[in-house]
Amino acid sequence: MSLHIEGRIHRFGDEVNTDVILPGRYLTLRTPEELGRHCLEGLDPGFVDRVAPGDIIAAGRNFGCGSSREHAVIALKAVGVAAIVVESAARIFFRNAVNLGLPVLVCPDAARALAAGEPARIDLDRMAISQGARLWPVQPLGAEVRAILTAGGLVPRVRQALGA
Amino acid sequence: MTGRTITEKIIAAHCAEPDGVRAGAIVTARPDVVLLNDVSGPLAFTQFDAMGATRPFDPARIVLVADHFAPAPDIVAAGAIALTRDFAKRHAIPHFYEPGRGGIEHTLLAELGMIGHGGIVFGADSHTCTAGAFNALGIGFGSTDLAAALALGQLWLRVPDSIRVVLSGTPGPYVTGKDIILDLIRRMGSDGAADASLEFGGPGLRHLPVDARMAIANMAVEAGADTCVFAGDDLSAADMVRRGMAPVAAVVPDADAVYRAVIEVDLDRLSPIVACPPSPAAGVPVEQLRGQKVDQVYVGNCSNGTLTDLRQVADILRGRRVAPGVRMLVVPATQKIWRAALAEGLLDILAEAGAAISTPTCGACFGGHMGILAAGETAIATTNRNYRGRMGHPDSQVFLANAWVAAAAAVAGEIVPPGEIAARVATEDAA
Repeated sequence: MSLHIEGRIHRFGDEVNTDVILPGRYLTLRTPEELGRHCLEGLDPGFVDRVAPGDIIAAGRNFGCGSSREHAVIALKAVGVAAIVVESAARIFFRNAVNLGLPVLVCPDAARALAAGEPARIDLDRMAISQGARLWPVQPLGAEVRAILTAGGLVPRVRQALGA
Repeated sequence: MTGRTITEKIIAAHCAEPDGVRAGAIVTARPDVVLLNDVSGPLAFTQFDAMGATRPFDPARIVLVADHFAPAPDIVAAGAIALTRDFAKRHAIPHFYEPGRGGIEHTLLAELGMIGHGGIVFGADSHTCTAGAFNALGIGFGSTDLAAALALGQLWLRVPDSIRVVLSGTPGPYVTGKDIILDLIRRMGSDGAADASLEFGGPGLRHLPVDARMAIANMAVEAGADTCVFAGDDLSAADMVRRGMAPVAAVVPDADAVYRAVIEVDLDRLSPIVACPPSPAAGVPVEQLRGQKVDQVYVGNCSNGTLTDLRQVADILRGRRVAPGVRMLVVPATQKIWRAALAEGLLDILAEAGAAISTPTCGACFGGHMGILAAGETAIATTNRNYRGRMGHPDSQVFLANAWVAAAAAVAGEIVPPGEIAARVATEDAA
């Protein structure tokens, strides 16, 4: 995970659930390449053609609600989504994203205001989101969440714990 | 120091430092059991290996269930089940279940006698919260978290706030656990219980057998809850014994426990509720949907595939027929329930009415297989999610309802209050 993210904004609404991020019929797939092809297919089949590596999703309330399927995060990462800015996120999705090194920032003001198609910046050192002249401070991450993201995800963090 | 909620008490009993367990605290908890399926399991096993783990924390407390793409619909799915089977074999995990011996994981876990008063299950499935029915905590996670749980036998979590739901009164005819939870989700919204545990209690509990409690607990996550728990009572204690568990004391809240909110539910005032697509929070009384045509009726899944549900369906279908142009799929949640329904003669009533009965599977509930909807089709289902495209094509739709309402829709070919079908002489429908 990079501490400085810069990419174009893709906007979505409230309740973007994991069924529309990665529909159930694809849950036998497991590789990022295969899952990425179907990213957000249930909501916006054209998304995979528009998204570029480093891009940022801005969305509304309860992002990632529903199924615990980690395939949804794998698919988002596979197409290059580098961060997600939301009004709120569902607990399991938030953990899954952090565990795989994808930052989810809860910042209602930025989530509502970020302009689609325009570039934005995220600075995880200073916990700030900016677009053009506008800047939004972000609540600090919890210690455990920050430790996992800094370690590069939960796998390297557990590797450390196991001394493997 | 104020008293504790049920949620705080159960988590505290699973922490090395129980004193610090208060709503909002970040703690490390050790579950009694961890649960994975053929969709979440294979990803977790890869992460387990990547973590450098060589053996799971306790093979006897791991339950692996092939239920999502089971029986395998294709070669890729068969491979995922094979990975799950191989993980069980490699680590000498005794609790691995396949079709013919198992069922849907959350119903099966209870049946196995592995979760009861005061227990905690961590599951790689969002509906792990079903365990709340048994005065236990079921907490859903993703695959990488569960890989860590397999390796370490513990996970960090934020102790949820608690929202107390006080049930009073007596449910009327055709009002079930499904209606109680659909009404609650409608009132709270799909994230109204975010960061919280729903704690069910009150005098109305005594009217809710454990099957009804499972239907309620199962959908706590659809209100955004972290987890949920029913206060333990005589019914849950008797249920533990029936499932072969040693009876242990029920966990009850302290009188001065602190709640984020208290919600009153008067069971006397409830009527059957149907959730309209595309949200479990979009519930309306069944009367408002009268005349809504359906192409498929689906009874099953981890919320409402119990013997209680199958009895309700049989009550409606006895001597009646599934309407022309409608297909009805019935999926008992476990092999044990399937056999009990067979022994009671329920399956024959359903089959005679024209319903297709399948082996237990998560199947079409999540749009996997065994009953996928085509573009433009409408289903009524006793399942727990009706998001866009949940059961198939993005332009299909799903209404969520209890088993009485689903069965009545099968007979009428459209949504109708179940009492109206039940009032008709059965042989007229069968003629």
